[in-house]
Amino acid sequence: MYKIVKKRVLNEQVKLMEIEAPLIAKKAQPGQFIIFRINETGERIPLTIAGYDRTRGTVTIIFQEVGATTKQLGQMNEGDALLDFVGPLGLATHLDGYKKVAVIGGGLGTAIAYPQAKALFEKGACVHSIVGFRNKDLVILEDEMKAVSNELFVMTDDGSNGNQGFVTTALEKQIEKGENYDLVIAIGPLVMMKAVSELTKKYGIKTIVSMNPVMIDGTGMCGGCRVTVGGETKFACVDGPDFDGHLVDFDAAIRRQGMYKKQERESAEHKCRMLGGIQNA
Amino acid sequence: MPNMSLKKVAIPEQEPNIRNKNFKEVSLGYTEEMAIEEANRCLRCKHKPCMGGCPVNVKIPDFIALVAEGKFLDAYRKIKETSALPAVCGRVCPQESQCEKQCVRGVKGESVAIGRLERFCADWYMKNVEEKIEVPMSNGHKVAVVGGGPAGLTCAGDLAKMGYKVTIFEAFHTAGGVLMYGIPEFRLPKDIVRKEIDNLKALGVEIETNMVIGKIFSVDELLDNGFDAVFIGSGAGLPSFMKIEGENLNGVYSANEFLTRINLMKAYDFPNNDTPIFVGKNVAVVGGGNVAMDAARCAKRLGAENVYIVYRRSEEEMPARLEEVHHAKEEGIIFKMLTNPNKILGTDDGWVSGMECIKMELGGADETGRRRPVRIKGSEFILDVETVIIAIGQSPNPLIKNTTEGLKTEPWGGIVAGASGVTSKQGVFAGGDAVTGAATVILAMGAGKKAAEAIDKYIKENKI
Repeated sequence: MYKIVKKRVLNEQVKLMEIEAPLIAKKAQPGQFIIFRINETGERIPLTIAGYDRTRGTVTIIFQEVGATTKQLGQMNEGDALLDFVGPLGLATHLDGYKKVAVIGGGLGTAIAYPQAKALFEKGACVHSIVGFRNKDLVILEDEMKAVSNELFVMTDDGSNGNQGFVTTALEKQIEKGENYDLVIAIGPLVMMKAVSELTKKYGIKTIVSMNPVMIDGTGMCGGCRVTVGGETKFACVDGPDFDGHLVDFDAAIRRQGMYKKQERESAEHKCRMLGGIQNA
Repeated sequence: MPNMSLKKVAIPEQEPNIRNKNFKEVSLGYTEEMAIEEANRCLRCKHKPCMGGCPVNVKIPDFIALVAEGKFLDAYRKIKETSALPAVCGRVCPQESQCEKQCVRGVKGESVAIGRLERFCADWYMKNVEEKIEVPMSNGHKVAVVGGGPAGLTCAGDLAKMGYKVTIFEAFHTAGGVLMYGIPEFRLPKDIVRKEIDNLKALGVEIETNMVIGKIFSVDELLDNGFDAVFIGSGAGLPSFMKIEGENLNGVYSANEFLTRINLMKAYDFPNNDTPIFVGKNVAVVGGGNVAMDAARCAKRLGAENVYIVYRRSEEEMPARLEEVHHAKEEGIIFKMLTNPNKILGTDDGWVSGMECIKMELGGADETGRRRPVRIKGSEFILDVETVIIAIGQSPNPLIKNTTEGLKTEPWGGIVAGASGVTSKQGVFAGGDAVTGAATVILAMGAGKKAAEAIDKYIKENKI
């Protein structure tokens, strides 16, 4: 069992948990992911690692309550435990040798962009972080991002924080201003990573995106996580989750993401009945 | 006087039209009377050809003689002398190409039903005997086993009996490997696998689940951290795809994913279990092995109306066990032989809408000795399906290969290992599908067994 040692509500839908998993905490690197399962009837859900503390032996996950399982996880509290927690899976992001990097986080993606920004910042790179949310109430990790960025831009779709626009708006402005990024890391919804990649392609800036498709085992066994990269089929779990944003077929990835929409609704309704209607979404 | 009937004693089974709607075991097993009657068909040949066909050399005529005498416990013990998992092997071994192929009775009529008798003994034992397992005296040595499938379980069991302290590192949340995630409940009930695993635990074997070796520990770290030897039985987990157009559409599964969702994650009981699965009204399974049969029969049980096996050669070349083919046909699976997919067609929103196939004919023999399938020009046609399951094979998982220095592998990914499992790296042994590529449960068990002997020898000789 893997104990939840800390729980923090970041906004109405997004929660942070620190999970006791000393062996994983010892090995985890930015870009890698874990798979958890709540209980015996639970499904296996992959989440990219949002942080780790090697001395305390904890791994941080940040999740949005979108499906039945994440809603169920959101109901759990400090002291509760997860049945299964496997990792660290996938390849670590290659972060050495960069001078100036734009780290882009879209919504929940900010949680995964954070350890990347932190690692780059600690390696001495100049880090410009650009994070985007639908409105100001959904902003997460602003202080944390600020602490590991030379510059931080927080954008909102509706302008409710006084800074209206998408992450691409801010990124393009920076590039046009003459900032010479030797790398852009974009993590967030597929449409956002697609937009960033299209923009940086125009300027010829190397771009890494982090894919989080449906998967079961996370070790290359099921092939459910296949993504098309440069015309070739890759498995996000073992070949990724990072890929060259200029080569990823985002449209295909977006279609694959919708595979279990109907079942997800059914499962959420089933859970809702079982939990006596405790729902907050 | 032996029973000279040309046919095996029939085994009770669930009716095809009932069983193709449930996941309960198809075959119900022999009664004691049936087992004795069948055991009496054995001629007790002096030269025991059947034993030569068994990868773990079960003393077949001896155990069958004991069954004939009604000494079922002794018969079970006789099998256990050389086979770790009789309840599993009796159910999933390809007997017709191993022991039963060599049976003298098979020359004229049907061979003795060795597999059914083995299963009978194991089931009888589980039902009637309260197992008391004693932890053997420790010899103070520790061995790590990577992978809790048939090879790893066998290796671990044999080593534990010799007094080794064995830890199995399993990547999934439960041990069993293909016995748990691959082979469906209706062919191998999971309670049987769990029981075998519990027996290993009773022997003192520790099972660490959720441990992906190559990630959480490298093989070298295991050797550095107190294990005197490491056995790699990580299987052939990487599914092959056909590399044809449309393979990434929604509704296309690898057989691995399809079967894992159903068997390990119990998607057939959704939403009581959280893992979903999508099965269309019409399903094509591409391939002709046991995995293809399992996937097709699962799809039927999940409510598909038309389930097709699409195989590029003829039925004669199909690698699946005869019994599986027979059962699949009884259950209404439609066999499209000499047919190969060209591409998978999709809807605008990315779902499978059909599969374009081409008819094949058999030409001359290829390097495997089987006749090579050749395309018949202009014979393309479209199979109306919403789900496509690719069951054309698996190759070894590269995780260990990529993280273990000094471990030689074949260009296709298999670990290079001798007959006793010795690899190019000192203290590291390997066996099963990780070495041979996708093969059978019994061959993996045989490899695990040989490796256990080799590990014992290695540790003793090196006085570690």
